[in-house]
Amino acid sequence: MSDQDIALMAHLMRRAGFGATRDELEACVAKGYEATVEELLNPEDQVELDRNEMMRFHPWTWRPGTLPGMGAAEWLHDLVNTKRPLEEKMSLFWHGIFATGVSKVDHYDDVMDMIVKFRHKGMGDFRELLLEMAKDPAMIYWLDNNDNHADAVNENWGRELLELFSMGVGNYTEEDVRDCSRAFTGWTIEPKLPRGPIGRHDWFFEYREEDHDDSEKTFLGHTGNHNGEDIIRYITDDPACARFIARHLYSFFVADEVQVPAWSVTPPRDPEAVDLLANTLINNSYDIRTALRVLFNSDFFKNSRFERLKNPTEVVVGTLRMVGGAEFPAPGIGDLSRQPNYMGQDLLNPPSVEGWHTGAEWINSGSLMRRVNFTAELVGDVSHPGIRNMVDRLIAKGDTSPEAVVNGALDLMGPLEVNPESHVELVGFVAEGGDFAWASTDDIEKSTARVSELLQLIVSLREYQYA
Amino acid sequence: MTSTKKDPVLVVFQLSGGNDYLNTVIPYANPIYRDARPTVGIAEDRIIKVDDQVGFHPEMGPLKKVYDRGDMAVIHGIGYPKSPRSHFRSMDIWHTCEPIQLGTEGWLGRATRDIDPKKENVLTTVSFGPSLFRALALPGTPVAVVDDLDNYGLLPGITEVEQRNKILDRFARMYSPAIGSSAVMDYMGQTGLDTLEGADILNKAPGMYSSNVEYPDTSIAKKLKGIAQVHMANFGTRVFYVDHGSFDSHSNQNGMADKLWKDVSEGLSAFLDDLREHNASDNVSVLMFTEFGRRTHDNGSGTDHGAGGAAFMFGDAVKGGQYSEFPSLKSEDLEQGDVVPNYDFRGLYTTVLEDWMGLDGKPIVDGSFEKLPIFA
Repeated sequence: MSDQDIALMAHLMRRAGFGATRDELEACVAKGYEATVEELLNPEDQVELDRNEMMRFHPWTWRPGTLPGMGAAEWLHDLVNTKRPLEEKMSLFWHGIFATGVSKVDHYDDVMDMIVKFRHKGMGDFRELLLEMAKDPAMIYWLDNNDNHADAVNENWGRELLELFSMGVGNYTEEDVRDCSRAFTGWTIEPKLPRGPIGRHDWFFEYREEDHDDSEKTFLGHTGNHNGEDIIRYITDDPACARFIARHLYSFFVADEVQVPAWSVTPPRDPEAVDLLANTLINNSYDIRTALRVLFNSDFFKNSRFERLKNPTEVVVGTLRMVGGAEFPAPGIGDLSRQPNYMGQDLLNPPSVEGWHTGAEWINSGSLMRRVNFTAELVGDVSHPGIRNMVDRLIAKGDTSPEAVVNGALDLMGPLEVNPESHVELVGFVAEGGDFAWASTDDIEKSTARVSELLQLIVSLREYQYA
Repeated sequence: MTSTKKDPVLVVFQLSGGNDYLNTVIPYANPIYRDARPTVGIAEDRIIKVDDQVGFHPEMGPLKKVYDRGDMAVIHGIGYPKSPRSHFRSMDIWHTCEPIQLGTEGWLGRATRDIDPKKENVLTTVSFGPSLFRALALPGTPVAVVDDLDNYGLLPGITEVEQRNKILDRFARMYSPAIGSSAVMDYMGQTGLDTLEGADILNKAPGMYSSNVEYPDTSIAKKLKGIAQVHMANFGTRVFYVDHGSFDSHSNQNGMADKLWKDVSEGLSAFLDDLREHNASDNVSVLMFTEFGRRTHDNGSGTDHGAGGAAFMFGDAVKGGQYSEFPSLKSEDLEQGDVVPNYDFRGLYTTVLEDWMGLDGKPIVDGSFEKLPIFA
């Protein structure tokens, strides 16, 4: 098993999941790269999480309704513990595109129901997912389609469907927006009951024929008495839609793209890769799984190591999975679920329908501080099993020179690639304490404390912010 | 040019989501208003009348007092040609002053660069909010982003002082820009160094502050109080940024706007009172804006995205009153159902940059635009 195999597998697991421990990486390398990709692409072969466990210990995290601040706890538990990492990664991917938030929906359950849909349909036929979103109660309310009436058109959903969910600016006209919105009149939610004593009632999709604008519409050049399903068919028949989704896949899984509003005026970072993914979607009935298979097995993916910045969820979940110990739904789960928010990604509550701005825009002085402080606190605690395991591996290796221990730690933390300048500083810091010693209990205790500080400095590195 | 000896300070207050112009500065004397807004029109007896033409939203009582003492300016019909009616694009235009192409440099990022070209103070510009607004973005120009002023610092878990200093010393060296690394690495490096420096200074602010003014218990008031604390600590901060929202009232507009304007009015008026109590108000001006106004006709429950809107200025130095004109509401004068902006927002920016901040506005807003005599 070569170091290169481990490094490539670590890359795959960071992108297609939320990282993996060294034991897990070694097991994956033994299986082989393509076999591991297939395993990721077929999550139903892995056991599902026992959701009753969360129910048992934190009943309030299950369908928390309007309980402030607890909404993402269940999802965080899933993200940290799932045996189906790509399934959760795709949920996060779609949540960033069909960005819907409790700031308006005012009900975690309805937004969480979207996440469950992403889990089940996120790797299937995109056309089905898009239709599902058009009928999703949280989405309907978020973009006011329940106020889109035959005699009073509300363009919110119609516009964002085209601008942010399927085509992007420049591929349709204002008239298309208007008639697209008209086609979705009557797509609403029920029941419209007032809020009850312990929160709101669950919503369901309802189509009201009498509130649907039944007259002629022209959309993307097609004239007829279109309904919502027709609109989605015309959208997905247009290659602009496949290109739009392909570019999203590239930006999320391969390398940071410019922000979505700039796509109409900035060509893709790797046009060939986006074309390949778009054509794969077109030729395979918009099957996302097939596009992901092409993506993960491509050279452009394999060569994109550390080409994108981790989003806050990747920072939090990745570090929690690395250090271990969060498998059991411990009392701090609510606080953990709010950590991505402190770094600028409030799960189930994106800032707007545009989702989160990514790449370098994740980083500002406040969010960088949160990233460093959160991760340093976790890796500095050697009682965490994942950190314990790293220390044990370093003890087994028995290196004593500062440089060898730094290299060993960087390897176990990734393997992480760092600038030569950063490397000099890490070695310089460790060397202040002289050589490591692992002979006696006392030696081990002192050396372990120094490793803990080294790990804190490593997660403070800029390089740790890349996936 | 301002006559105050203290350096002028600008607070930019963003109303995110598209605040409804017509229900904020209400043209109650115009019969078209009533006709266009059968559902979300505000009853005449609730309107806080300003003159015989317009009145403020019912929850703007605290701000009406500021208006009456001559410290609040209303800028009518602000916007730019060909409003795209997209939140994100519109906000980008306000942030970057680039209505045609997509801009990446924020106007306040440029202003920060011009105020402090040698980057002598990492706290020249301080933003309160979890994310960095594009208005503040300019590669290489530091902006401190504060979420919670009371809990601000790097690696607080390492409590042993000497050891912490050693680690932070290495941190600083590891974040110095490295040869051959990427623009993002450089950006992060500078951000890390600025964070380190800013944290050392900023977390002293709350301890230096005391006040008799009570702020309401709202998220926006908490942020405004943080601004007051940093301003009064005299760290040399010249630009503050804060946002509140969402004002995107496609539906159930009336209840939503009541709450929003109550929180904004109470919070901002407490902030202005706090500054006045501490003799710290004469060099502070507040610019309040939103990305667009909303459609003239309501949709039965709310209002959709529109074009022309209203902006506001507050402060001792502000010459209160109304500027520009209320655009025509006549249907033949509307564009896609929206009031047409008659005053370019870049003119207001130029006014603030030149007549208040003492900067050259032209390169920052990329052109020459008509100013208003707000600071004359």
